Amino acid sequence: MAIAMAIRSFLFLLLLFFSSLNPILSLYEDQVGLMDWHQQFIGKVKQAVFHTQKTGRKRVVVSTEENVIASLDLRHGEIFWRHVLATNDVIDGIDIAIGKYVITLSSGGSILRAWNLPDGQMVWESSLQGPKHSKSLLLVLTNLKVDKDNVVIVFTNGRLHAVSSIDGEVLWKKDFEAESLDVQQVIQPPGSDLVYVVGFAASSQFEMYQINARNGELLKHESAAFSGGFLGEVSLVSSETLVALDSTGSILLTISSHNGKISFQQTPISNLVGDSLGPAVITPSSVTGIFSLKVNAITIFIRVIGEGKLEVLEKTNLKTAVSDALSISEGKQAFALIQHAGSEIHLTVKPADDWDGNLLKESIKMDRQRGLVHKVFINNYIRTDRSYGFRVLIVMEDHSLLLLQQGEIVWSREDGLASIIDVTTSELPVEKDGVSVAKVEHNLFEWLKGHMLKLKGTLMLASPEDMAAIQSMRLKSSEKSKMTRDHNGFRKLLIVLTRAGKLFALHTGDGRIVWSHLLQSLHKPQACQHLIGLNLYQWQVPHHHAMDENPSVLVVGRCGPSLDAPGVLSFVDTYTGKELSSLSLAHSVAQVIPLPYTDSTEQRLHLLIDADQHAHLYPKTPEAIGIFQREFSNIYWYSVEDDNGIIKGYALKSKCTSEVADEFCFDSRELWSVVFPSESEKIIATVTRKLNEVVHTQAKVIADQDVMYKYLSRNLLFVATAAPKASGEIGSVTPEESWLVAYLIDTVTGRILHRVTHHGSQGPVHAVFSENWVVYHYFNLRAHRYEMSVIEIYDQSRADDKDVWKLVLGKHNLTSPISSYSRPEVITKSQSYFFTHSLKSIAVTSTAKGITSKQLLIGTIGACFTGFGT
Amino acid sequence: MASIPRFEPVTLLLFVLLSTALTISSGSGDGFTINGRVRIPQGLGTKGFALPGKISNVKVILNGGQNVTFLRPDGYFSFHNVPAGTHLIEVAAIGYFFSPVRVDVSARNPGKVQAALTENRRGLSELVLEPLREEQYYEIREPFSIMSVVKSPMGLMVGFMLVVVFLMPKLVENMDPEEMRRAQEEMRNQGVPSLASLLPGGGRS
Repeated sequence: MAIAMAIRSFLFLLLLFFSSLNPILSLYEDQVGLMDWHQQFIGKVKQAVFHTQKTGRKRVVVSTEENVIASLDLRHGEIFWRHVLATNDVIDGIDIAIGKYVITLSSGGSILRAWNLPDGQMVWESSLQGPKHSKSLLLVLTNLKVDKDNVVIVFTNGRLHAVSSIDGEVLWKKDFEAESLDVQQVIQPPGSDLVYVVGFAASSQFEMYQINARNGELLKHESAAFSGGFLGEVSLVSSETLVALDSTGSILLTISSHNGKISFQQTPISNLVGDSLGPAVITPSSVTGIFSLKVNAITIFIRVIGEGKLEVLEKTNLKTAVSDALSISEGKQAFALIQHAGSEIHLTVKPADDWDGNLLKESIKMDRQRGLVHKVFINNYIRTDRSYGFRVLIVMEDHSLLLLQQGEIVWSREDGLASIIDVTTSELPVEKDGVSVAKVEHNLFEWLKGHMLKLKGTLMLASPEDMAAIQSMRLKSSEKSKMTRDHNGFRKLLIVLTRAGKLFALHTGDGRIVWSHLLQSLHKPQACQHLIGLNLYQWQVPHHHAMDENPSVLVVGRCGPSLDAPGVLSFVDTYTGKELSSLSLAHSVAQVIPLPYTDSTEQRLHLLIDADQHAHLYPKTPEAIGIFQREFSNIYWYSVEDDNGIIKGYALKSKCTSEVADEFCFDSRELWSVVFPSESEKIIATVTRKLNEVVHTQAKVIADQDVMYKYLSRNLLFVATAAPKASGEIGSVTPEESWLVAYLIDTVTGRILHRVTHHGSQGPVHAVFSENWVVYHYFNLRAHRYEMSVIEIYDQSRADDKDVWKLVLGKHNLTSPISSYSRPEVITKSQSYFFTHSLKSIAVTSTAKGITSKQLLIGTIGACFTGFGT
Repeated sequence: MASIPRFEPVTLLLFVLLSTALTISSGSGDGFTINGRVRIPQGLGTKGFALPGKISNVKVILNGGQNVTFLRPDGYFSFHNVPAGTHLIEVAAIGYFFSPVRVDVSARNPGKVQAALTENRRGLSELVLEPLREEQYYEIREPFSIMSVVKSPMGLMVGFMLVVVFLMPKLVENMDPEEMRRAQEEMRNQGVPSLASLLPGGGRS
């Protein structure tokens, strides 16, 4: 079970982990948790709704950017249940209705689902359609009761729906298509059964509709024009007042509706701030009477005092995050404010009507490696002395989730691990004589307690908690979770780079986090605004000085989303997690090629190719350039342009001819290109062999007792192309107009070694390349099933070598060098099989010497996990 | 873990056809709606995987992840806004193996049901999906059996000892005394200690 439920990202880790084990067929059921581990993550939280009724377990329901909806235990942060929606099923809003259903709106507002709160069972699902695309808004009217039913108001695709929360029936619907309306908000004033729909029409017209929530009847429609136009969002301040910005972002508009009249009040932002520094942004919040503006890095809190008068409450240039309002008692609201100050965060809970009357003020020490607070969610509870206590849930820059209560971090979840973008491994430290890394029992009492527990366990007296304690003790003392290298190299550190730009080191024995490091470059805003982590490479793996030198990894990042944004390199020690150095590059990073050469300090040479196809050598040392010059003519690479259907091969030409002398920069020349006809073929997948793969045997005995020599080349590229029509979803094309072509291309010469067409097949293609074979998975439309094919490539020029006499007499050419320049005589063998499941990922095991037989590891869509021998 | 699901012999279940409504109905908007049902028969799932009430974790997947939906408490599911064409529906449920189902959504006659299991090409007249078999994820511990003891190295050694102690003297007894004497003499001449002389029966004779 544990295996089957391992999530996508962790599949990936497990793949790596078990790639180092000899083939154990499987686990016995009673070994689960002892030999393996599995962890579940949810991703960066977008929205959280608390459910803290007096009875039952306290929980919080969250929706995340990874399209996960989950219910978490508020005491410990464990997952009660979790559902991963499809990748295009983005969650727009969540809420809780009638105290037992979680309502989610997803897929651009077209799917409304209700989940049972205790067990996560889906209760109903409705499909909501509308005439045009628009913003989607979800509103649960908790105070409007129709036969114990809460009405869910959904605005989606230009249509307003009222849905019953018991069975998902649409009670009424109303179109807003006629008036080219851009709806901004759906508002329900507390204690009434009216719903207001507010929006802009034709960008300068403000529109407001009053609708009876019981039957969808349009009661009132008001509109007013404002010549300046509007920018972005409106924020509701009170039931009669809204604030918006004009199209330049420099004038604040207070829109108030009074007795059916809409009036605008204009306030230039420069009046409020003093000197206007740039366009302002209204931060969405729901606190009555107060809203906040962000002008550059300054946050301004403003109160609206009737009739459009504004009062500045506070100006701060600290990094600030504000929660939504929480109603604590009759008409009273409170909200939480978190500000960063050095290594601490200050949490203040303020009532909405009194800025200075803090309900709570706490300082909490925060790990710098978590970055800034991105989101705050507030909840209250009643203490034993009947006063209010507050707890807040905060989402950090590294996507972790923390619960703060009474000035302490109650629990934290490292949900950044839900979005892993690259993984590499690192050896653990060598065990040194005299110094034991494993901690000895703290004191005698601890030791005695442990033994008492174990005794209880053997005498069958232990309670379930005791059993869990014994289990964890056993795990701690067991061999597999030690922090030192083992003889066979099975224990390793997994270095993981997440989408949030954080590095984690996980121990393969039990999956615990050894250290984590938020890439420091993120905190130099002038150097790099939006750092995106790209890849991880092993930078330095010391063998000669393994006792006193630590290995390090290279983290390659990019400043900003565009491909030609400048790159950032960071070097991180894998034992301590400290950043050794970082480099902001002047050039972009399109491709990183780890070269098979190391310098005298065992730093691996890396070639960075930028967007203009210049090659840059790292490390920038004279020694490195010396090594590089020797191998200058042996370096080749290729680039794949999916959009144009071109694969190009390159070699180095000369030093860069730029005005700034840079001896580590090289020009490239194009050697070859393979152009696929765009009307019939589109590249959908490319795979190469792993660079560090070791092959043990060159020959393979095939079924008829014959021996064949594997064609082992590091320069082979597998490319799959499909008919442009068939590159979409399954079922969109007929078998006649779809085909899939698989190529094997030599990346030095550009020669196509093999080409095979699968008629009536289409993607998505998942492929893995190892030794002399490639396995790929695709969809066969004729049989309407998935298929897997294997292509094996053999060297025909050495076929005569299998004569024993020639071997004995020394007349063989086994020792003759193989060159990629020469035209190889190869033959290929291929086989196809039906495969039942859809795939998410496919990988192959690898071992240090390449002796152990290979196993294919397949992650299927149902998060199951299969292995095959080859 | 590198668990190789060990499939039990296929126990095909009879498909109980229910007289329920249409499988495919024309929905509002541009697409169609596929309605179906997943049934997990009672007898299955007693091995601890499918705890009762765990149908909340069953996912129904359209076209390899294009759409994912979940089951309602009664086992029904639906995909909305599906374009006309041939589609593939998979059911992901821990502990069970479901065959993927090919579903044809025809634009011309929207009420038509066209569904077939792709594993055994069995046509379905209703979109009622049942597991073909249970999946076994773990290695099964061999139960205690006398044969496993006998076949173990220790058992084999004991067996050999028994053969030597009880059967060898029998062999010697059945020998012709004269022949035995001759053999013994030969052995003595060669100076090799004979096996029979070591045995108590052999020494007597």
